[in-house]
Amino acid sequence: MPAVEVIDVVKAYTGKVAVDGLSFSAEAGEVFGLIGPNGAGKTTTIRMLMDIIHPDSGQVAIFGETPSQATKDRLGYLPEERGLYKKLTVIETISYLASLKGMDPRTIEAKADALLEQTGMLENKKKKVEELSKGMSQIIQLVVTIVHDPELVILDEPFTGLDPVNTERIKQLLLDLRERGKAVILSTHQMNQVEAVCDRVLMVNDGRAVLYGALDEIRAEHRGHAVIVQTGTEPGAESAAEIPQVDGVVERRTHKDHVELVLDATTTPQRVLETLVEAGVAIDRFEIATPTLHEIFIEKAGAEEGLEVGGEAHDANAE
Amino acid sequence: MTRTPSRTGLILRHEFLHTIKKKGFIILTLAIPVLLLVGIGIFKLASGVVAPPPAVTRIGYIDHIGGFGPLYQPAGIELIRIESEAAATGALTRGELDEYFVIPADYVATGTVARYTLEKELVPPPSVASAIEGFLDSNLLVSEVPAELIGRVLTPVHISTTTLTEEGTVAEDQGGFTNFIIPALFGALLAIALNVSANYVLQSLGVEKENRLMEILLSTVSPRQLLTGKLLGRGAAGLLQVLFWAISIPLLLRLASATIGGALTSIQASPGLLVLGVAYFVLGYLLFAVVSLAIAAICSTVREAQGIAPLFTLMAIAPFWFISLLMFFPNSPIWVVFSFVPFSAPVLVMLRLGITGVPAWQLAVSMAVLVASVLGGLWIAAKLLRIYLLMYGKRPRIREIVRVLRAG
Repeated sequence: MPAVEVIDVVKAYTGKVAVDGLSFSAEAGEVFGLIGPNGAGKTTTIRMLMDIIHPDSGQVAIFGETPSQATKDRLGYLPEERGLYKKLTVIETISYLASLKGMDPRTIEAKADALLEQTGMLENKKKKVEELSKGMSQIIQLVVTIVHDPELVILDEPFTGLDPVNTERIKQLLLDLRERGKAVILSTHQMNQVEAVCDRVLMVNDGRAVLYGALDEIRAEHRGHAVIVQTGTEPGAESAAEIPQVDGVVERRTHKDHVELVLDATTTPQRVLETLVEAGVAIDRFEIATPTLHEIFIEKAGAEEGLEVGGEAHDANAE
Repeated sequence: MTRTPSRTGLILRHEFLHTIKKKGFIILTLAIPVLLLVGIGIFKLASGVVAPPPAVTRIGYIDHIGGFGPLYQPAGIELIRIESEAAATGALTRGELDEYFVIPADYVATGTVARYTLEKELVPPPSVASAIEGFLDSNLLVSEVPAELIGRVLTPVHISTTTLTEEGTVAEDQGGFTNFIIPALFGALLAIALNVSANYVLQSLGVEKENRLMEILLSTVSPRQLLTGKLLGRGAAGLLQVLFWAISIPLLLRLASATIGGALTSIQASPGLLVLGVAYFVLGYLLFAVVSLAIAAICSTVREAQGIAPLFTLMAIAPFWFISLLMFFPNSPIWVVFSFVPFSAPVLVMLRLGITGVPAWQLAVSMAVLVASVLGGLWIAAKLLRIYLLMYGKRPRIREIVRVLRAG
C-alpha cells in the first residue's frame, strides 16, 4: 500500500483551477520530490494531503485511508510558511506541538533530547525561540516535524535560508528517515538538492503533472543526441577550443570547462570518440550529455515562470 | 503511544497556563484590588491625619435697609455687621474678613445683593450661598411668622423613600447610592475584563498567524478544536480574573467600612446580581472573543488586528460615557434599546441593575440577543477563519468579506 495515493484530484478557488486532475503516489522508504514553479499547485496539493483543505473531486489516500485526524497523527509536516512560539523555550515548543500530535507526554523530552543531540541543538534546549538564529529555528522546526516519529514526512522548502553545514544536517536527517523506511515528500525549488536526495519526482505546472517517475529515468528520457568532451586539464594539453572538427557534429556548444557536441541522426557517440582519439586529442572526460533536473525544469516550466522566485505578498491559498 | 488528553483540552490548558503566567495578566489582576487599597489608605490619611481643622468663614454685610441682624448662623460661617463699603473693603484687604455683601435699599424689590471677595470662582460656594440666603430669609420673615416656621422654610424637606414590592411589603433592595456601588464596580470591571480577555484571544490567534504557526497547527488539529481550545482557555483565564476581583473587592470594601464607616457599611451585593454578572461576563466574553478571532483571522499581524478591535470593544465601555444621564433616566427608551444591542448590553445592564429595577423581560431579551449574536458570530468567525487563516498580505476589504460570506 502506498504511503500517499492521489487519484485525479481537482481543486479550484474562485476563478482559478489550482490542481487539475493530478495523480501520483509516494511509497514508504523513498524520498519523493514534488517540484514545480511558483503557483503550480504544490502547496494546494500538500494541504489536501494534510486534510487542511478538501479536493473538489478525485481521491486522496494516506496509508490507504481518507485524510482525517487519525492520519494527521501519522504525518509530519514542515510548511513553507512556518514559525515557532517566540516567547516559549525550545523544549516547551516541542513538547506542546508534540503533545498535539498525540505523543505520550512522558516520552516527549527523551525523544526531543535525542533529536536535539543529533542536530547539534541540545545546548539550546532551554533557550527561548526568539534567542535563536534563523538557521537554528529551522532546525528546531524540523525537530518538531519529526519528533513524534511520523510514517510520512512532508517538507516544503526545508533548505531555505540554511548555511551549508545546516543544509547537510537536514539532508542527512532526510536520508536517515528513508533508511528507516519512512516516506518523505520533498517540495523545493533547489534542483541540486532534489537530485541529491530524491528517488522519484513529480513536476507540476498549472496544476497538472508534466513529469513523473524515477529521477534517472526522467533524465534519460530527456537525454539529447549529444556528447560532452572535456580536455585541457593536463599541462600542455589542447584547450577545448582546439578540439578538431568531427564529421557528423551539427552543433558545437562551448561551456566553461567542456564542449558539448550535438550529433546528427546517423552519427554515434562511439564514432565521435574514435575520431577524437585518432586525432590525438587528450580526453579527460567523454560522456553522453544528460540534462540536469534544473535544465529539464526550465524547459518544462518555461523560462519565464521557472525563474520567477519569491515575489510579493504570498496568497497561500492561491498556489 | 498511550491515550492522551483531547486536543481541545491540550489547547485549552496551554492557552490558560500561557495567559495566567503573563506579567501583564498578573499585574492587571492584582492592580485593581491594590489600587482600591491605596484609595482607602489615602482616604484614611486625608480624613484623619492630614485633614485641616475646620475654618470659619467670616462674611461681612452692609445693611442699607436697616434692621438686619445675625439671626441665622450656620456652622462654619460667621456673619459680621459692617457699617460701610469702605470699611468692609479695608477689612477684606487686611484679612479680617473673607468676603462681604451689600444689601441695597431696594433689595426687596430687586432681590439682588452685591458680593465682594478676593477669590476667583465660577459660582459662589454652596455653603456661602446657602448662608446668605438663610440670613436674608430669616431677617425678612422674623417679624411675620413664628421662629419654628422660619426653621422649616430654611430646611423645607428631607425625603425618606421606601421601595415596596408588588405585594405591598417593604422591598429587600431599597436602591440608593450604596446599592449602586457594587453594580457600578462590577460594570467597570466587566468592561475591563471583556476588553482584556478579547485582546488576549486576539493576540493568541494573531501571534500564531503572524509567526506562521497556523499551517503547522492546522496540519495537527481541526479549526474547530483550535478555536474551541482558545476560546475556553483564554475565557477561563478571564473568568479567574473576574472571580478574583469579585471575591477581593467586597472584602476590601468591608475593610473600608471598618475604617471609614458610614455609607459603605450598608453596601449590598445580592447573589442574584452576582449570577447575572457572571452570566453577562460569559456571554459578553464569548461575543467579543469570536469577534476578536474573526479580526485576527483576516489580519496579517497582531498590530493590524489591534487597530481594528477597539471599534467593537469600546462599545463595552461606552455606557460609562453617559453615566450621569443613565443615573437620572435609567429607564429611558434609549437605554432599553441599547440593553438589546449585544456589544453594549453586558455593561449597560449591570449599571442599570444598580440604579433601577430592570424588568425580567428586558433581561431575557438582552440575554437572548447576546446568545444569538454569539452563535451568529461563531458562524461568521469560523467561515472567515477557514478562508483567511492561511492567507497573508493585504487585508481583504469589507465588500470582499461580505461577498465571501454570501457565497457560502
